Parts: sequence; structure tokens; C-alpha cells
Amino acid sequence: MRKTTPSHDFIRGIWKENPVLIQMLGLCPALAVTNTVKNALAMSAATFFVICCSSVLISTCKNFIPKEVRISSYILVIATFVTLADMLLQAYAPVQHKALGAFIALIVVNCMILGRQEAFSSKNNVFRSLLDAIGTGIGFTIALVMMGGFREILGVGTFFDIPLFGPNFEPWVIMVLPAGGFLTLGFILLAMGYLEQRKKAKSERATEVSS
Amino acid sequence: MSDQTLFSIFFSAMVVNNFTLAMFLGLCPFMGVSARVETALRMGLANIFVLVLTSLSAWFLNTFILESVPYLRIISFIIVVASLVQIVEMVVKKISPTLFRQLGIFLPLMTTNCAIFGLAIFQTNRGYGFLQGITFAVGAGLGLTLALVLMASIRESVEFSDVPDIARGTGLVLIIAGTLSMAFMGFAGLL
Repeated sequence: MRKTTPSHDFIRGIWKENPVLIQMLGLCPALAVTNTVKNALAMSAATFFVICCSSVLISTCKNFIPKEVRISSYILVIATFVTLADMLLQAYAPVQHKALGAFIALIVVNCMILGRQEAFSSKNNVFRSLLDAIGTGIGFTIALVMMGGFREILGVGTFFDIPLFGPNFEPWVIMVLPAGGFLTLGFILLAMGYLEQRKKAKSERATEVSS
Repeated sequence: MSDQTLFSIFFSAMVVNNFTLAMFLGLCPFMGVSARVETALRMGLANIFVLVLTSLSAWFLNTFILESVPYLRIISFIIVVASLVQIVEMVVKKISPTLFRQLGIFLPLMTTNCAIFGLAIFQTNRGYGFLQGITFAVGAGLGLTLALVLMASIRESVEFSDVPDIARGTGLVLIIAGTLSMAFMGFAGLL
């Protein structure tokens, strides 16, 4: 394995290896609950809690978990924290809990969380696993809030329930419907592809000029 | 217990609230194995099989065990799904090695397929009975298969058309999925 510095562990997940936009993991919650910024934030908070807690616990116990049953053990740990998150949300934010519905339970099968445990926490110490989990969690939050922002602004005409446009604004209802989720993520990926291509062309021109 | 008729449950799960296109469940196989129609079809059929088994065991757990300990629901469901997939894998390997080879990696990957786990959760939340659960599972499975096959056939023909470079790959798949989802919205008034 390549050696990395702790700060690199932290930054990597935020943009360069963003779980949703680059690695295409955890798409199910990213599309399903991002019709408003509030829902997106609640979902990110729950996922953040689950990924941090399970990363810490798994990297602490990594020497006691037998290799053969490691995946099942990880899933059990994750399921425990998801149950906790479910109960906490129900107690402190009942409105958000109702809006997210079954999708909180579905955090268990978010491949992003299991992926980080298998790829990172099972091999590194507690501190670095926590940094990695926080970075990945922030990356996930950025992606979700970005999608929620686009969809809420265009689909309802508000941001965080604050109306942005005048009363004559005709909302694009399609954006808050399921089809809007696919389209928003699709267009974000197209834009990223375009930026990537331009950067590449620029660096190619630069090398041409210098030679 | 819910009082929806079997037909409306079946039809709703299959097209109106299609698992993939309206509820975003099972997106991983939808993106991953929708490049060829044949693989997509096989994946869909395997999904129907596991979905029905999951529905059966979730109903059993709910009726006889989880009544007294509802907070263990998430944990027990995920264990059931994981062990079920393992058992199905072993049985298929023993009975038909050919089918086992054809399904390959998709079979074990079903543990983390949100459609399977989601089915168990939704079935419980809506209070479906035994027959309703099975109908829901078959409908959802057929819906998944339909979405997968449609997507695969579109992707097969897009492969030969002239698409801008930036759109190649996942971006294009997502936009096609968005269009398909819009088409499925047309069924919304039926129920």
C-alpha cells in the first residue's frame, strides 16, 4: 500500500475522491432524498454520524475480527449505528425523520460506508480512520447539499425555505420529482467532464509551448 | 394490515413506483450491469428470486419474532438478507453450476443491493400481509427487470451513435435514466 500523510487522508475524500461525484458510491440516498436542502442535510448528518462511529469502532477492533467473517461483522457494526441514528433523529428531529422515512434504514446498504471500512479502517489506526471518515463524510455532504440546492432552487424557487424569486416564478416541478434527481446528477457529471477536458487541453498546450 | 388489493400492489410496485426509476433503489446493478441486454435480463431474474425469498423471511420475522423487539429490525433484516444470499449462492452452485457461472459476481453483491433490503423495510412499514408481501416482491422484481432491460437496450444502441466526448460514461447513463423516469411518470395517474 502507498504511504499517505494524515492530512492527505482527510482531504482525499472531500473532492479528489468524492464518494458520490467521482466514485459513484451511495447513489441511492444521493438521489432519493435531495429534493430539498434540509432533507439533504439531515441525510448527510445521519450518514456522517454512522461512518465516523463505525470507522472508529472497526479500526479499534480490527485485530479481534477474524478475516473470514469481516464483512458480516462490518455490516453488523454499521447496522447498530444506523439503528442509533434512526432513534436519535426520531427523538430530536421528528419532521425530518418522517420526510426521510425508510431511507434512514437504507444507510446500512450504502456501499460508501462499507467501502471505507474495508479499504481503510481495517488497515489503519484509529486517528487516521477517523480523519478518513470525516473527509468522506464531508465529501458526501458537499455532493448532497449541492444536488439539494440545485433541485430546491429550480424546483420550488426557495433555498432553505427562503423564497428567492418573485411571485411570478414558475417552479420547474420536474426537478423535485425522481426524474429531476437523475437529470441533476447527470448534468453535474457532464459539467465535471467538461472542466476535466478543458484542464487537460490546457496542460497539453502548455507542454507544447514550453517544448 | 394494509387493505390495498393485490392487483394495485403489484401494479404500483412494477410501474407506478418502479423501484429503480421512481425510488432509486438498486442503482448499483442498474449502472453496473446494464451494458448488455442478456446480462441485464439474467440479473433481473436473479433479483426476482431473492426478492421473493426476502419478502417471505421478512414476513416471518415480523409476525413471529420482531413483535416484541421492534428496535432490532434493521439489524435482523440485514442478517437475514446476507445469510439468504449466501444460502441461495450455495444452492445454485450445487444444483446448476452453469447458472452459477453465468451469474458470477452479481449473486454475492446482492447483499448490499438496496432494492432487497428496501423491500423488507417498505413491506414492514406498510404492514403488508403474507400474500400482499409476495405480490409486492414479484411486482418490484419485474419492475427492476423491466428497467434494467430497457436501459440495456438503449445503451446498446447508443454505443454506436456519435455522442460528445464529455457525455460518454456515467453522465449519459444518468440522463437516459432521467428520461426513462419521466416516461414512467406517465403511469402515475393510473392508480
